[in-house]
Amino acid sequence: MHLPPLISLAAWLPDLGHDGNFALLSLIKIVGVVAVLLTMVAYAVLVERKVSAFIQDRVGPNRVALPLIGNIPVLGPFLTRLGIWQPIADGVKSFLKEDFTPNHVRKIYFWLAPAVTMIPAFLTVAVIPFGSNLNGEKMVLADLDVGILYTFGIVSLGVYGIVLAGYAANSKYPFLGGIRSSAQMISYEIAMGLSVIPVFMLVGNLNLSSVISYQADGNWIVFRQPIAFLVFLVAAFAETNRLPFDMPESETELVGGYNTEYSSMKFALFFMGEYANMITSSAMMVTLFWGGWTLPFGGFSEPATTLAGGLAHIGIFLGKVIVFMVFFIWVRWMLPRFRYDQLMDLGWRRFLPLTLANLFVTAVIMWLQAH
Amino acid sequence: MATVHNLEFRDPQGRLAAAPATAPEPPVAPGGELRDMQGEKMVLNMGPSHPATHGVLRIVLELDGEIITRAEPDVGYLHRGDEKIAENMTYTQFIPYTDRLDYLAPLANNVAYALAVEKLHGIDKDLPPRCQYIRVICCELARISAHLLGLGAFAMDVGALTVFLHTFTEREKIYNLIESLTGARFTTTYTRIGGVARDLPPGWVEQCRQFLHEVVVNFDESEKLLTRNRIFVDRTRNLGIISRADAIDYGLTGPNLRGSGVDFDMRKAHPYLVYDQLQFDVPVGSVGDCYDRYLVRMEEMRQSARILHQCLDQLPGGPVRIPNGKTVLPPKEKVLTSMEELIHQFILVTQGENAPPGEIYFGAENPKGELGFYINSKGGGTPHRLKIRAPSFVNLSILPHLLPGHMMSDTVSILGSLDFVMGECDR
Repeated sequence: MHLPPLISLAAWLPDLGHDGNFALLSLIKIVGVVAVLLTMVAYAVLVERKVSAFIQDRVGPNRVALPLIGNIPVLGPFLTRLGIWQPIADGVKSFLKEDFTPNHVRKIYFWLAPAVTMIPAFLTVAVIPFGSNLNGEKMVLADLDVGILYTFGIVSLGVYGIVLAGYAANSKYPFLGGIRSSAQMISYEIAMGLSVIPVFMLVGNLNLSSVISYQADGNWIVFRQPIAFLVFLVAAFAETNRLPFDMPESETELVGGYNTEYSSMKFALFFMGEYANMITSSAMMVTLFWGGWTLPFGGFSEPATTLAGGLAHIGIFLGKVIVFMVFFIWVRWMLPRFRYDQLMDLGWRRFLPLTLANLFVTAVIMWLQAH
Repeated sequence: MATVHNLEFRDPQGRLAAAPATAPEPPVAPGGELRDMQGEKMVLNMGPSHPATHGVLRIVLELDGEIITRAEPDVGYLHRGDEKIAENMTYTQFIPYTDRLDYLAPLANNVAYALAVEKLHGIDKDLPPRCQYIRVICCELARISAHLLGLGAFAMDVGALTVFLHTFTEREKIYNLIESLTGARFTTTYTRIGGVARDLPPGWVEQCRQFLHEVVVNFDESEKLLTRNRIFVDRTRNLGIISRADAIDYGLTGPNLRGSGVDFDMRKAHPYLVYDQLQFDVPVGSVGDCYDRYLVRMEEMRQSARILHQCLDQLPGGPVRIPNGKTVLPPKEKVLTSMEELIHQFILVTQGENAPPGEIYFGAENPKGELGFYINSKGGGTPHRLKIRAPSFVNLSILPHLLPGHMMSDTVSILGSLDFVMGECDR
């Protein structure tokens, strides 16, 4: 049932008509999502530094603070010590550093590459349902019926940024990084694509919202398709260029790989792209395998009818994403790096047969159940 | 004799049989019609400023895709002319320069140099027992410190950053011990000709014991992160294989030689100090790949801890210097109160220890391998010629033979497993 909205935007706005309302609400949602995403990117970097410090028995960032913050009674010392101002300092630093473009680079591509890395990571978020209902409005930017196809189409574009950066830099280490990136992409993308097919066979629909409604009441797909989830998880690591698959970057081999020649904000865009990619990959995993914004208890399985319920759903979704983010970070500081031929071996010779077998077995079981 | 066979978790003999006999052959350029398909090769300058070359090693790599077809190490960026410098100063004055050879194990360098000069003077057998034990303690502490760094840097090169930080925690404790022992954390200059600079400070033995209990825990932690880690094993096993014959031909020493299965350790083969009275095993590898060299270093640290425990238990009392004012600096309090010692001190400091003419070579088992000093004396207080046999320099000489056929990514594993220090290599 649909309760009358508690706060109706339309009540105090001039009547914009149906299309106008849609445009306005979409705009508000987009601004909200991008704001949350950018904040999460900034603080993911801080979490990364804090978690790595915890793992390595260090303190981590704890020096940056705004002036006079320390003078606030009681809270002051906490606010100065936890490093929560560090992302601001990092951002300001990236903007103020010299944006150096070496003479030998191919300028257009050199400028294009960071954007090409950054944009797809943000575009992917559009189809992910990050909550159920808020004030009668579905919490997804674009409720596409081909959601997953859109996602895969857009995500693949991100690699071009890295390849382009390697090509544009016109020097040897980035070049090797770019080559590795292309080799890496073709080896994990196929396994990744095949791994999610069984999910949609179960759901019978490519729309991500219906994937979530299928998973209501704790019927999470990860319990039905654990192999698909594991393959997707490993492929997500490869996709985000994180250890153990950070071969295109691999500081100790290629001195930074594709971003060797980048500095200032252009480098920061690559950096933010990596974290935005982590967030979208986590969101994809949560949506496809871990029930999205649902929880099997507490009545959180059904779309919310109240404002508080809607906010709780968004909170649940973000909480699940954060768990995966911490997992990404934890793995990075615990494992060595693969060699890129080993990743290709893994992608082609282990995961591809595995996902195909998984697909086949799922199909057979579904056929048996249907008859 | 314990060998790495005990440490192997999977069938060492079968592994030896399955491993390729030598490093993979570099791809042969096909002639004729296929030459066009071969494509161009790329020359890549790795270093002298590169995160994995641990200092200023430069390797000119010729790459076919990511496969190395030719590798040429270029050393000398850190050359300071230590050997020439030695000709212009007394034997004692050269001791600080030995700190800067293998700067990860300065104590061991000090000991090796002092022993070489004492051998020249013919007083190396007269060292008081306490001095000998203290020197062994110095050597083994330095070995643990150097291997910890080698291990951490190796792990960092293949991408496991955390191990590096964990080993550095323990190295910090070693530095604290060294600081209270010598007054300096890095440039120790602890030995003197015929003894050591000062006795152990009070309470030091207990601190050292405490450290040994803690460091063993750290070995276990590092091992948990690496030894059975599938990715680490994939990155190191059957890579950079040095056969026994190659290891001997290229004059490798230290863990790199023993990783190839050659049971040779200067501490056992030509015992110096009190090593012949101490119980320890020399770990030996089976295949000679990066993984074996890693295992050998891991076990050597445990054996060093074992040696240290024995030394601390058996540590005798008595003087720490030879009581011979003609060649060995007298104690400072005597210099300030007694005429004869003052004269000795004056002569020794201004003119140096008067060495007999002749030439000697002394090699000690340092963390990186055999650190040797060849001293040619024409009498007087300064050497006529001093030559340092730097193990890192010799160990690096195998690179042109070892690297071709491997991938660019394997370079870092191989360099990390060879564990060199450019300060010593370029000297």
